[in-house]
Amino acid sequence: MARRSAPEVNAGSMADIAFLLLIFFLVTTTIETDAGLNRKLPPLEPPTENPPVLREKNIFEVVVNKNDQLLVEGQLAQLKDLRQLAVDFLDNGGGVGKEACNYCKGRRDATSSDNPEKAVISLQNDRETSYKTYIAVQNELVAAYNVLRNRESQRLYGQDFTEMYAAYNDPKTPSSLKDELKPKVEAIQALYPQKLSEAEPKSN
Amino acid sequence: MSKFKKKKGSELPAISTASLPDIVFMLLFFFMTVTVMRENTLLVKNALPIANQVQKLDKKDRVIYIYAGKPMQQYVKAYGGEAKIQLNDKFANISDVAPYVLAEIQSKREELRDLVTTALKVDGETNMGLVSDIKQELRKVNALKINYTTRTGDAFNNLD
Repeated sequence: MARRSAPEVNAGSMADIAFLLLIFFLVTTTIETDAGLNRKLPPLEPPTENPPVLREKNIFEVVVNKNDQLLVEGQLAQLKDLRQLAVDFLDNGGGVGKEACNYCKGRRDATSSDNPEKAVISLQNDRETSYKTYIAVQNELVAAYNVLRNRESQRLYGQDFTEMYAAYNDPKTPSSLKDELKPKVEAIQALYPQKLSEAEPKSN
Repeated sequence: MSKFKKKKGSELPAISTASLPDIVFMLLFFFMTVTVMRENTLLVKNALPIANQVQKLDKKDRVIYIYAGKPMQQYVKAYGGEAKIQLNDKFANISDVAPYVLAEIQSKREELRDLVTTALKVDGETNMGLVSDIKQELRKVNALKINYTTRTGDAFNNLD
């Protein structure tokens, strides 16, 4: 038999086909943003219930007005300072006796919060506050908690809390690793529980 | 001296485009993997605010999306320039949020119903009044897990 070389197939139109497919995907799909700040809303409670009594010094008051200005603990503040102010408040550890906080590294100011378990951040905004300012403030407050949680997590387990928490929540993480992470995550969350309450917005 | 014989045709050979499809396929696969099919056509402006303390959303089958923002330019005449809520390809009023969320929860598989997260995709320029109203509605139907969907970046970029 004579050896014949196979004729070359013309692949010139392959690029066109691929381009067609590419353009189809470009127009029908989007790059989805699937990350954000997770929050939990408080359940609606019957109005008769008495609100728990909190001591004034354990409340960190953040107010955002309709001009997107910040009032922190009664004083005008800039957004860039908010994180540090919140960290100082949460980490103050001013309590004595049973309420002392042995892992806090704050100033132990008697007029600020007793310990992180008692400390509550109260956020109030106006109905005309812009959403992006609100998110920026929320972001800074969550960051304050994360700073402290990461610090304790580094001290106790040698890794960041945010990393552990992301791995713990990731559905791809094997359950053996999750079981290992669960007590650690819960321990850190117990050291610095996120107590961020939001008041009903004012309208004026 | 056949080694130095000049080639016969002096024309340049055609440039091979055989690798062009490969390159395009590479692009195609990139887009196929990083994007998802569009679910809703956006009727509202949706420039999400920026935050950096973000957590990834759960799997898609346990997320309900609520969009809000000012209507796009072409709808301003019909719906006005005020910020609106969008549910499922349609503009909606605040009173529609609770039934919509309930219906969405009902449509999920039973074991996922407690895990449902509501993702709020709200335009950065929206007033908090609208967002608070949505949150009130969500509290009424006990859909308490929410996620303020944001882009990832430095939060201070929100302010300018």
